[in-house]
Amino acid sequence: MARLLPEPTPETRHFWEGCRDGELRLQRCTDCTHSYFPPRAFCPKCGSRDVEIYAASGKATLYSYVINHRPRPDMGTEPHSIAVVELAEGPRMMTNIVGCPQTPEALILDMPVQVRFDKQTDDISLPLFEPAKG
Amino acid sequence: MQPKSVAVVGAAETTRLGKIPDVSVIGLHADAALNAMKDAGLKPSDIDGVATAGISPVELAHYLGITPTYADGTSVGGCSFMLHVRHAAAAINAGLCKTVLITHGESGRSRVGAGGFGRAPSSLMGQFEMPYGVTSPPTMFTIPVLRYMKTHGVTEEDLATVAVIQREWAARNPRASFKDPITVDDVLNSPMIAWPFRMLMCCLVTDGGGALILTSAERAKDFPQKPVYILGTGESVETPMVSQMEDFNSSKAFRVSGKKAFDEAGIQHADVDHLMIYDAFAHLPLYGLEDLGFVKPGEAKDFIRERNTAIGGKLPMNTNGGGLSYMHSGMYGMYALQESVRQMRGTAAAQVEGAKISVSHGVGGMFAASGTVIFTNEK
Ligand SMILES: [Zn+2]
Repeated sequence: MARLLPEPTPETRHFWEGCRDGELRLQRCTDCTHSYFPPRAFCPKCGSRDVEIYAASGKATLYSYVINHRPRPDMGTEPHSIAVVELAEGPRMMTNIVGCPQTPEALILDMPVQVRFDKQTDDISLPLFEPAKG
Repeated sequence: MQPKSVAVVGAAETTRLGKIPDVSVIGLHADAALNAMKDAGLKPSDIDGVATAGISPVELAHYLGITPTYADGTSVGGCSFMLHVRHAAAAINAGLCKTVLITHGESGRSRVGAGGFGRAPSSLMGQFEMPYGVTSPPTMFTIPVLRYMKTHGVTEEDLATVAVIQREWAARNPRASFKDPITVDDVLNSPMIAWPFRMLMCCLVTDGGGALILTSAERAKDFPQKPVYILGTGESVETPMVSQMEDFNSSKAFRVSGKKAFDEAGIQHADVDHLMIYDAFAHLPLYGLEDLGFVKPGEAKDFIRERNTAIGGKLPMNTNGGGLSYMHSGMYGMYALQESVRQMRGTAAAQVEGAKISVSHGVGGMFAASGTVIFTNEK
């Protein structure tokens, strides 16, 4: 069963094109410097429309998660993490932590993680995170 | 809102709760509405204001044969009914209408005439949460909890204790879905749903409904039931995506809504005799006790373990058994309000003797919204 995938809108297309091209794109306000997510055409902190898109580092820490023991049919049959990571640039985003056992022992809060793009279709790659190397 | 200017004069749940495969969603709304009208001694033609969530107030009004001058379709999840009470009180004060009917009905278990759960793949949730495997509340509402547990040293046993104490209350309620006693070990050995959440830390999924009728305090004297006055109300909303909550240790919507209600009521926490905190999952009473200001951040786990919210405790909470044991159709807020009204009327199954002030606090979505209503039975 094909995984449920996002359908980009004009306001979010840059983010998904970035993921496709291997770049985690955030936005920041050129007036107040606030970095934010999810994408929108204005700064949610000060309301300014003067915002820019930039490539984030892809570095993050594990902020919180659950391990879903009843996966959705499109997510396979094994328990898997549904996590929120805190990006080095500030914003938090939902993701899956991959590349390690899906257990409380392997998934330690505040551990460093890094982005990895998981190609789903020609247009959509999902930003997943794995334990940081080194 | 002017405290005590508006009162609940009709309140009832559906005739049955639990598994009701022979009644559709709108049928449950109507059953609850008819029961509440009977309770208040009113007919549909006496109602001039309607409010509901899940279905539209248009469907409700037409189905019941009501021609309203006030309609509220605020739909922000399970606390929508707290917001309806708040808006109705303001509307009655402003002269928009005289008598407001608020209904809830949901075929949560049997799914008769019910829509599906899901979000468009182009919505923010569809783009930035659904692709990672969130299914329904058990994998969304629970997302912030590990952070809260780490911050405050909360254990799985602490979460289990919430469910155990609420089952003790449920045992006193003949209409509760689950009444058999459970232990912390029972909870910790129940099937894993989404770690750290086990089945007995998650709410029931049942069918049912409830309705309230509000009018001015002046008119309330002439109704058959003892009036239950609205003392204070609050509401707020934060985010449609749980991953974007400002603080995983606390709900901003809870804090804003609770403060507004307490300020409006002009009461202190020590004045509260009875408390309902919407418990779709075992962590919600912990967040609620802290965010409403009954205890300081991190203190709720000990407050509950020391049995302050249990039978005989100083702050009886979720006395119907809550969403964990009484019933949970999907939008549970109505049942919290119903129990507050019963406690203020003195007719609850697990009645808190002499209770004069009751706080009913609801959540909508996954920490997305909040509504708080403070009731009193003293004019
Ligand atoms: Zn800004």
